Amino acid sequence: MAALVPEVLTSTHVEKMNKKKPPKRYWEETENTDQRRPEEEQGTAVQNQNKSTVKERSLKRKNGESLEKKDPFSGEAPIPHKQLQKFQRGEKYKVPAGARQRLKEAIISSEAMSELAQKQAARYDLLLPEDAGFLEGDEDEDTNTISQDDIADAADITSGSKYFNLHLSQFGPYRLDYGRTGRHLLVGGKKGHVACIDWQSKDLMCEMNVMETVNDVKWLHTEAMFAVAQKRWLYIYDSKGLELHCVKKFNDVLRMQFLPYHFLLATASATGFLQYLDVSVGKEIAAICTKMGRLDVMSQNPHNAVIHLGHPNGTISLWSPNQKEPLVKILCHRGAVRSLTVDKTGTYMVTSGLDRKLKVYDIRAFKPLHSCFLPAGASCLSLSQRGLLSAATGDIVQVYQNVLGSSPVSKPYMAHRLQGQIWGLAYCPFEDVLGIGHGEGFTSMIVPGAGEPNFDALDTNPFRSSKQRQEWEVKALLEKVQPELIGLDPGQLSKVDQASFEQRHKEHVEALGFDPLAKDKFKPKTKKKGRSSAGAIEKRKRKVAHEDQRDKIRQTVQERTERDKEQKEKSNEKKNLGNKSTLDRFRK
Amino acid sequence: MAADEEELSINEQAISASEEEEGSDDERKHKKLLEAISSMGSRKRKKQNERSEASVQVSEFFVNAEGTGEKVNLSDLLGTVEKTSGASNKTKKQLRNLQSSKETLELPLNKQQTEKIQRGIAYEKTAAEVSCWRNIILQNQKAEQMVFPLNQESSGPKRVEQVVAGWKVQTPLEQEIFRLLHINSQPVDDPVLTPVEEQSLKAMSLEEAKIRRAELQKARALQSYYEAKAKREKKIKSKKYHRVQKKAKCKDFLKQFDEMVKTNPEGALEELKKMELSRMEERMSLKHQNSGKWAKSKAIMAKYDDSARKAMQEQLQMNKDLTQKIVVPSDDEHESNEEGLETIPDFVNDSEPVIDSVNPWMRGQLTHEESEVSCVTTEDVQTAEEENEEEELVGEFERKRKLRQVVEEDVVEVSDKEEGDDDDEEEEEEEDVSEFNTLFRLMRSEKTLEGSNQTREGLNTPGQEDEDGFLNEGQIRVRNIEDLEVLGEVVDPQPIAEPSLPQAVAVEATSEPPNKKKREIDLKEVLTKEAKAVKVPFLPTVVDEEERDEQISIIKEAFAGDDVISDFIKDKSKREAAGRPEVVDLTLPGWGEWGGVGLKPSRWKRKRFRIKMAPPPPRQDQKLPDVIISENRNASVASHQVSQLPFPFQNTAQFESSIRTPIGPTWNTQSVVKNMTKPKVITKMGAIIEPMDAFLAVLVLGANHRNKSKLSIAFSSHSLRFK
Repeated sequence: MAALVPEVLTSTHVEKMNKKKPPKRYWEETENTDQRRPEEEQGTAVQNQNKSTVKERSLKRKNGESLEKKDPFSGEAPIPHKQLQKFQRGEKYKVPAGARQRLKEAIISSEAMSELAQKQAARYDLLLPEDAGFLEGDEDEDTNTISQDDIADAADITSGSKYFNLHLSQFGPYRLDYGRTGRHLLVGGKKGHVACIDWQSKDLMCEMNVMETVNDVKWLHTEAMFAVAQKRWLYIYDSKGLELHCVKKFNDVLRMQFLPYHFLLATASATGFLQYLDVSVGKEIAAICTKMGRLDVMSQNPHNAVIHLGHPNGTISLWSPNQKEPLVKILCHRGAVRSLTVDKTGTYMVTSGLDRKLKVYDIRAFKPLHSCFLPAGASCLSLSQRGLLSAATGDIVQVYQNVLGSSPVSKPYMAHRLQGQIWGLAYCPFEDVLGIGHGEGFTSMIVPGAGEPNFDALDTNPFRSSKQRQEWEVKALLEKVQPELIGLDPGQLSKVDQASFEQRHKEHVEALGFDPLAKDKFKPKTKKKGRSSAGAIEKRKRKVAHEDQRDKIRQTVQERTERDKEQKEKSNEKKNLGNKSTLDRFRK
Repeated sequence: MAADEEELSINEQAISASEEEEGSDDERKHKKLLEAISSMGSRKRKKQNERSEASVQVSEFFVNAEGTGEKVNLSDLLGTVEKTSGASNKTKKQLRNLQSSKETLELPLNKQQTEKIQRGIAYEKTAAEVSCWRNIILQNQKAEQMVFPLNQESSGPKRVEQVVAGWKVQTPLEQEIFRLLHINSQPVDDPVLTPVEEQSLKAMSLEEAKIRRAELQKARALQSYYEAKAKREKKIKSKKYHRVQKKAKCKDFLKQFDEMVKTNPEGALEELKKMELSRMEERMSLKHQNSGKWAKSKAIMAKYDDSARKAMQEQLQMNKDLTQKIVVPSDDEHESNEEGLETIPDFVNDSEPVIDSVNPWMRGQLTHEESEVSCVTTEDVQTAEEENEEEELVGEFERKRKLRQVVEEDVVEVSDKEEGDDDDEEEEEEEDVSEFNTLFRLMRSEKTLEGSNQTREGLNTPGQEDEDGFLNEGQIRVRNIEDLEVLGEVVDPQPIAEPSLPQAVAVEATSEPPNKKKREIDLKEVLTKEAKAVKVPFLPTVVDEEERDEQISIIKEAFAGDDVISDFIKDKSKREAAGRPEVVDLTLPGWGEWGGVGLKPSRWKRKRFRIKMAPPPPRQDQKLPDVIISENRNASVASHQVSQLPFPFQNTAQFESSIRTPIGPTWNTQSVVKNMTKPKVITKMGAIIEPMDAFLAVLVLGANHRNKSKLSIAFSSHSLRFK
């Protein structure tokens, strides 16, 4: 066999050679023309023609008419102006006219960097492909007359299954909270029933009765832990219902808010205390006596982690753990404030009061935008990620669209009637779902267009595995924001502190409790041989008494004498000038 | 003879010469000895070169002026110069001048001063020398990133020659190797072509070389094809296939052998020897006897399992084939062979029932079985047929494969869904086969029936599936009858709702008296801003109209006492007052006038001595009547803030704008974060960072210029990716 192969090879090869010519190379061109075979002579004319065209082309090229195809999309791909603006951070700083070289370089490089960051972010904005849904009625049909059943029927199976009721009529009106990823639901009945559910799979994680009044329930940073404000103390349970802590420093808690980036659990109590619990270290960060009475209306501003409290005198106060007095106090209603909520961007606040009004505030300027009158007043308010407002009026939940704009709304976008008083309202993050806790249990209502369709998988990933959750937890703990940084302006940190040295020193002294720059008192040495008698010590003390004062006096005296001297000299000179005679020159 | 004599004489001469030489050697040695002896006693004396000099006292050691008693004066010398006629007038004159002059030479500078001057000069010199580095230093200071060591070689693979260039032969082994290479004129530096190859290349013309190259290419290609084919075939897991293949090979070999017998008898003899050897081996070993572990286990199974039986049979066959003595084949032996075959129990050869219409392997088996049967029956044609049989089998295989592929493709064209199902089922079946093949072969017919049922189901499913899905969905959505009822209840009240009713209420609300009292605070602005009534689709069930009126009155009553607005105004004024600095009162009662109980300092005095502090900056809530904003400074953030402006910046706006873009990955894309946080200095681990030399410096300067341009290119290419 092996001997056969080469023969075959050569033969086939030769055949191929006859059949197929090797591809022409530009360097072979001249050679081929030289070795022109007689058979090919017929085709030479054609070849010549071709050649002439080639020559023409080359000539053209030389003349400057470039035949090369121009790239129709040369340069970088353009980024839409709108997208660029979305990621703009502050105004561009121009190099001042008389700037020095180093300053110029610093400014230019920083500007280039921020521009690059902006551009890249705008380009990556492409990666958010999901769109929010919406509800559209037929002609002359109000969307608010469409019932949930119709929606559930019309929607796909998975979306339709998001409308469901939990009949829990025994343990009274329910409070609820969704986890940050939107998968886990925590419900707490007034009469002690607490349950956490993976609501999408309808998987009951735990259920128990704490045998006490439950005022509020809240998930902590993960779905592994939640806090329950019970009749007296604050309790923390794990997802299996095991009691982890009973925090006795926090008593009579009525409402809770969890600040996810600070790992702070803020509680408002019936005694008027606003307390902050650091969940990561289990320490109470601040306890502020608000002196405003019972605190049963509470909300957080997700933008700057400021806590908003509503009070019976119609005011709303804004709090940070760093100040004992409210950062801002706004008079909103003539009656007590019943409920309030702040939107995701921290721009708008919606409040409702006993005067049955619903008001929208711009909390950057603390100005009311518009207000509307609700027949029954809203007992609970909640804003979704996309800015849909839901208001519980009696046993009806109304959902409003475009509330946050400047124009007031006239009619709700959706409405749904329930049984019994509504006690809790919350939108599920990243889902078109509104959770309603009421007297007869819990209802999950479909609100198209409520949830943010694009999620940041590194921050809140609804589909994360347990491993990812663990990794996220570690990262989040490493990136935990310290409670000192909470303030009205979250960008405060990137500004230069322009306070004077004295003021800063004063603050420093206040913080430390003593003055680190202060001189310590003179302490005379003890000497022997009777020289450390009381009198001697006193004498020695007197020697150094008022040292700095003396120094000052000495200095001022010296200055004064010098000034006097100078003045004298000047006056003397003047005198001398005035008295000079022609004969003075001969004086020796 | 004469020649002999001559030789002799020459020898003698040589001897005498050598003797003489010996004598001279002796003398020299003697001298040396004497010298050595003499030097032993005393130290080596310095040889004084004798000099003759005119002086009074002649010393053998040195020249001196002793004896004259005085130093040599210039005049003494001059005198002689005057006298000598050879000296030129010029020198004479100079000497005379020298004599007449009275100036002494200046003292040399002291040590410190000279050193200082030297230092100064040295400084200037070195400064000039060092200043040539200035540009590089500046550049490195400004550089965004420095990578050390500076003279980094380009990463990536290098050519052998580059690596070998700096290397020298050291060990004897290497020397040996290189000698060998040299001897065989193998390349040492440039291994692209050996000299022999080069020569051969030169020997060929271009055309020839091309042809040769093409041939080689072709050969290589063929080899690779062959390899690929072999690999592919080797990967085929089917035992049957391999068996068939082997048999075919055997056949082929036999054919060849036959040919060889005719054409190349020597080769055939060798082959025969080989066969004989293998036979011997087989006879010596128990390899294919039914005595191994595997064979025993198979023997046990053989009663129930056809495949085991078959395997056993095959092994025995193998043994027989191998141990068979190879002579020129004759009919008798064939017969004996057949007899041997027939010794195996009959049930082995029973044809199996049709198992699977889909599985091609099974089909193959069936046909194979049939052919075997035919073989047995028609003994005469057997030899001829047996040759074809295997080929046929292989061919059939392929045909069936193709057919199956076509069928599959058809299926794909018809419907995608079914294909998936079919595949699944096939897989399932295959699994089943592998599991139960050995044990329950018979039962499989039933299974396939089931399988066919399944397939039928699969075909039917689309409608059914939907139904199932609907059912499931229903289960999820509607929990039970109670739930349904409740839903109905919820839905029912909808149509009753009237949107007209609330409007009246709204009118009432708007007609409410706007403010109770006139105050500084503009109440219109604050609380009674016109509220728009909202139409509600259904009325709240809890509050009836009458009830609502009642509630309103109740609320009014409840909040009649506490005036929310006035409280707020008070609070605000209090805060404002607290923010205002107090007036410093320096009046001293009783100074310059009467003092005592009930007496106040006079007005002019109060005016004079009460110092008003500068008003604070306007409050943030000055223009917001319904807002109180705390003026307290947030000191907690201040400890984290920058309090002093860093170097190149001249005002806070510049600095703040330079740090306005965050650098974290939360706000930026990965590439930007990397770019923003790249380290200032990168050092290669384990590399020695040597100080820069002048030559390198120039290089670096050039490279940095190039790097800048590179950077911009990198950016542009990066952005290209997003097109």
